[in-house]
Parts: sequence; structure tokens; C-alpha cells
Amino acid sequence: MATIPQRIIHEYLRHDKKFPHVWCSGCSIGIVLGAIIRAIASMNIDRDDIVMVSGIGCSSRMPVYVDFNTLHSLHGRSIAYATGVKLYKPHLKVIVVTGDGDCTAIGGNHLIHAARRNIDLSVILINNFIYGMTGGQCSPTTPQEAIATTAPYGNIEPEFNICELAMGAGASHVARTTAFHTQEVQGMVKDAINHPGFSLVEVISACPVIYGRLNKKGGAPQMMKDMRDNSIPLTAVDKLPPEKVEGKIIRGTLRRDIRPEFCAEYAKLVERVKTAEGKNEEL
Amino acid sequence: MKAKTTETTPKKAETKKQESVLTELQTKRERKVVLMQGNEAVAYGALDAGVNFFAGYPITPSTEIAEILALELPKRGGVFIQMEDEIASICAITGASLAGAKALTATSGPGFSLMQEGIGFAKITETPCVVVNVQRMGPSTGMPTSPAQGDIMQSKWGSHGDSPAIVLYPDSVKESYELTIRAVNLSEKYRTCVILLLDEVLGHMREAVRLPDMANVRVISRIKPTVPPHWYKHYDENQKYLSPLASYGEGYRFHVTGLTHDVHGFPTNKATEAAEMMERLRKKISYNIRDLVQIESHKMEDAKIAIFAAGIVSRAAKAAIAMARQEGILVGLLRPLTIWPFPDDAVRKMLRNVETVIVPELNQGQLIHEIQRLTKDKSESNVISLQRVNGQLLSPNDILRKIKEVS
Ligand SMILES: Cc1ncc(C[n+]2csc(CCOP(=O)(O)OP(=O)(O)O)c2C)c(N)n1
Repeated sequence: MATIPQRIIHEYLRHDKKFPHVWCSGCSIGIVLGAIIRAIASMNIDRDDIVMVSGIGCSSRMPVYVDFNTLHSLHGRSIAYATGVKLYKPHLKVIVVTGDGDCTAIGGNHLIHAARRNIDLSVILINNFIYGMTGGQCSPTTPQEAIATTAPYGNIEPEFNICELAMGAGASHVARTTAFHTQEVQGMVKDAINHPGFSLVEVISACPVIYGRLNKKGGAPQMMKDMRDNSIPLTAVDKLPPEKVEGKIIRGTLRRDIRPEFCAEYAKLVERVKTAEGKNEEL
Repeated sequence: MKAKTTETTPKKAETKKQESVLTELQTKRERKVVLMQGNEAVAYGALDAGVNFFAGYPITPSTEIAEILALELPKRGGVFIQMEDEIASICAITGASLAGAKALTATSGPGFSLMQEGIGFAKITETPCVVVNVQRMGPSTGMPTSPAQGDIMQSKWGSHGDSPAIVLYPDSVKESYELTIRAVNLSEKYRTCVILLLDEVLGHMREAVRLPDMANVRVISRIKPTVPPHWYKHYDENQKYLSPLASYGEGYRFHVTGLTHDVHGFPTNKATEAAEMMERLRKKISYNIRDLVQIESHKMEDAKIAIFAAGIVSRAAKAAIAMARQEGILVGLLRPLTIWPFPDDAVRKMLRNVETVIVPELNQGQLIHEIQRLTKDKSESNVISLQRVNGQLLSPNDILRKIKEVS
């Protein structure tokens, strides 16, 4: 059984290109990449029609390795680049892979505005609660009191709830899970790609070498177990007493709305303007 | 539309007042003389050059460009989007260009500063796009509706790291149109971000122009690859350093990164590959300098004094030259239409023939550094600066006074 997904993954990787990859051992990013690839493979989308866009960070390194149209852009700007790609060629499936810092700190403005526009991008945000690539500085999702290299005495800032942020800005599809729950990641990525509008999938991830070490999280296997034990599905929330929900990661599709999508609205506008023009021409 | 219908249905024309003059021109085969602003000419030039994607953020004195394109692009099936800021704008046009668009944005000083990282990205990834910077007085918010030429150096050095720049600088409404087309053409040909610098006055000034028929407009588009996808190199080498460019969605599946990369576009840390990439960026400009540099020489044949001026200042200089020549002073003008790469050869030639060069500019001395760089063999007193940074133009009389001082 294990050979089949393996084969799929190899088929989608640029195996002759830049390997080995840059990720530390125990890092969850590879797991998420595997889930993304399996989701895409299960959907039979032509690879030529996929554009994977990222910013800068560990998670943003994904596009180097996959055999799609790929764009490894500037720190924080993946959504802005993706907006240009999508708007010019709306038939392309544009997938943004990004980190918590990339997307909600420096890129926060683009995130909220893309959500507001409801442009059909699928944003897969890998939240490891820290800046991995630059060596462990605070992120907008670093929990209060956690240690980061720029919060050596414990972080005093409250953190973003990314999904709520996206929903508040108008994102029409929002989901959250963890890298432990690979099947869920796969399903949510698929849903996100299928969704005609802005979608965001937050994948809580383990960064054992930096975040884990700074905060004594006990290594990669322990962090995986914690993601399993400290998260509950959305469907269970109502059935549990509040104290059992408190502090847990809630997994599930938090919103799925169908509302006008930006590229489609733009196409309508063009149609409307052209028709009006045509009429005037006849006069 | 308006011109076509005025005789028969004048009322209709009135109700469509918000329409730009461009509409009528664009749709008509024969173009009439009309009063047009520099900014309008830029928008119109962009359309004629085939620009079909605009992303921007409003800023004085460049807003008319966005406003006109918001009106015109949808009619042609093109894309107009007002982004959340200038950073998003440069990123969006770069993304669109990678997907195959001819893409342009327009801004002014503060927005131009914000775009610098993205401009560097477009340069290192060799993605065609055009940034129009209608300069205003700075630093910072400065004087938004006053002219200044303070971004000459920013247009060359603004982005971090080493990267050669192509920057064009018109001096009239007509030329704003022409150089916009040229900027788009050069960006496509050389696969880079080309900058068009405009003076605030030019952006807002109206002049009577007759734009050429479309049949006389030369439009250049990027070379497309002809090889099968698995042979495609995103940064193919060839003699002129001009390589084909595939678009996303055409089956080529290339990788684009702002990291130093190999010819396939994949990140590399190898010294040889890094050097190769940097050399390609440099050489594609330096090897093609003749194609890139445009310069106007005005009454330089017998000149003993030369004025070196760009943009709006050169017009005052021309008036000053006419007055000076009436008094028998032999003075001429050299005006770069391309300020980067700098027209070294033309300037060297000029320096051989004249005793004194006056460099009037609306800043605290930027272009003058380039002249000084080329005058090692002359004493400093031969290169005279005339600067103004109070939000006002240099008048012909200001320049004439300087001419008389040195003659
Ligand atoms: C404009 C800019 N500022 C800062 C950086 C440095 N930088 C690179 S990656 C990064 C943070 C990455 O963190 P995150 O987005 O959470 O991704 P991770 O590496 O954890 O996957 C920063 C600050 C940069 N490349 N560009």
C-alpha cells in the first residue's frame, strides 16, 4: 500500500532538481507538502494549470520541489503575486503556500484584502508559531509566554487566531487542522482548491528544532502526539463541556460560504462594459 | 466616441462627459489633434503598447493614469485592479506578467519607494513590467503637487543589491506617450522592470498632440519559447542576452525565485552560477547599450557651453538657449531620453567639444554626479550645477542667468 502514495509523490516532485530539501528533521512541512500533492493527484487537475506561489520562509520553500508552475516570491507578498497570476489567467488553480509570519505579519494586509475580495486563491498556511527560517523569532502566532529568540523572557503579545482573522476579513472558506492529521489536511486542501472563492487552510505544524527546542516541547514525536491530543474536531465541540474545549486546537471546516468571486465579478464587469460600448457604437 | 457622434448626436456626447479623450482616439482610425495631459498620454501609450494589466494604488500626481486605465482596460478585456498598497501593486503586475500579461503600474515618490523590493524581484527574475513614477517633491510626503527630480538616483539605486536599470525620461506630452510605448517594448524585449520617470508638471500639463495611427506604432512582445517544455530553460543564454519567456499555464512549468538561481531558475549557492546570473543581468543591458540609449542633441554643433538637462528642465533650457544665442552666446543642450543606462559616450563626446557644462536640475544635485564622473580630465569649475528644490520650476531666465555667468 505504501508504495502507491510514494509513487504519486515522486511523480509530482522535481526529483532531478534541487534535492535534498532544506527542512530540518522532524519538521512538518514535508508532511503538509505530501498531503497537498495527494490532494491534487486525487483531483486529476492538469499540472500545467496549477501555479504554486509562496513568500519567504521555511514553508515557502515548497514550490522549489514540486513540478507545477511555481513562484517563490518576496517575504509576505505571496498573495499579492498570486492575485496578479489569478486575475490575468483565472482558469489557473492558484495555490499559495505560506507561513504564519509570512502571511499574518508582513503579509497581513494582503491576506485580509484577498479575503475581502474573495478572489479564488487557495492559501495553505503552515503555522509553526515561530519564524523558522530566520532562527526562531516571535511571530504574530507565538503564544503568550512562549519563548522566542526575540522574546527571551517570554512573549508578552497576544496572538492572532488566524482563522478568525481570515473570517473577519471575509474569507469564504476557512479550515484548520494539524500536520498530525494528514488525511484531514489532504481533504481540506482538496476542498480549498474546489472552493470557488478565497480559501484558507491553517495547518498547525511542528517545528521541533527551533520552536520545540526553545520551549522544551520534547522533540518531534512528542510534538506530533501533542497535536493529536491537544486538538478536537469541530463536530465534537458542542458535545464537550467548556473546560475540555478550553485551550484546544479546533479542527474542521469553520466556514464554507458561496459568495461572488472576484475574477468572475471582474469578467462580468468586462462583459457589461463591452456590451454598453457595443451599443454606443451602433448609435 | 465623442468625435464620431458630435455632429449627429451632441447630447449623447455630453452625457458621456466623464469619458477620457482617449476613448474617441483609440476607436478612431484617424487621430486628431487633441489637448492631452502627460498622464493621459502615458495611459494611452500603455494601451497602444498592448498593456492589458494594471494594478496600482492612488497617489498624486499619478492618479489620472490609474483612473483612465480603470475606464479603458475593461472595454478592451484587460484587467484593472486597485490594490491595497503599492507593494501589492508591483507584486500583482509581476505575477500577471509571469502569467503572460503586459503589465504596468503608476505611482509617485512614496509609492515608488515602497515598490523597490518588488522592482528588484522583477529584475532578478527577469520578468517584464513597467513602473511609471510621476515624481513629486520629497523627501517623504513632501509637496505632493509640486515638481522635483529627486528620484533620479532612486530609479537606479533604489532596490537593494546590484542590478542595472533601464529608466526613460520624457520632456513633453507627446514624448510621454512615445516613451511609455518604448518602456513597455524594452521591458518585453529585455525581460526586466523598466521605469518611466515623469515630472509632476508634465503629468498634469496639457499640450496639443496628434498621436500616431496604430499602424505606425511599433509594438514589441516577449519572445516565446519554441522548444518542447522539457528543453525549456527559463534563463536561456544567447548572444544578445535576450531569452524566450514562457508564461504560466502554457505547459512549461518553470520555477521563479528571487534567490540567486541557475539558468533553469532554481536556487543555487555555487559561486560560478551566481556570477553567471549576475553577469547576465549586467550584460543584457551593457551589451545592448546602443539599442537602449536615446539622447537628443540641440544646437550642439558649435556650442562652447553645453547644458545637460532631462525632463521638464530641458524645455526651459531650450528657451534659455534661444535667448542666449540672440546675444551671441554659443550654447547647446544635450538631453537624455534614457537616463539609465547613462549615455556615457554621448556625454564624453560633448565634453570634448565644450568648455563648460551646466547641469540644471530640480534636486540637490543628482545627474551632475554622472557628468562629474566623466570629467576626470577637466577641472571642477567646468561643470556647473544649477539646483532648485523649493517646489518650483527653473525658468528660462534662471538658466539664462547661469549661462551668462559662465560665458
Ligand atoms: C522584507 C523581508 N523582511 C524579512 C525577511 C527575513 N525573513 C525571512 S523568512 C522570515 C520569517 C519566516 O517565518 P514564517 O513566515 O512563519 O515561516 P517559517 O520559516 O516559520 O515557515 C523572515 C522574517 C525577508 N526575507 N524579507
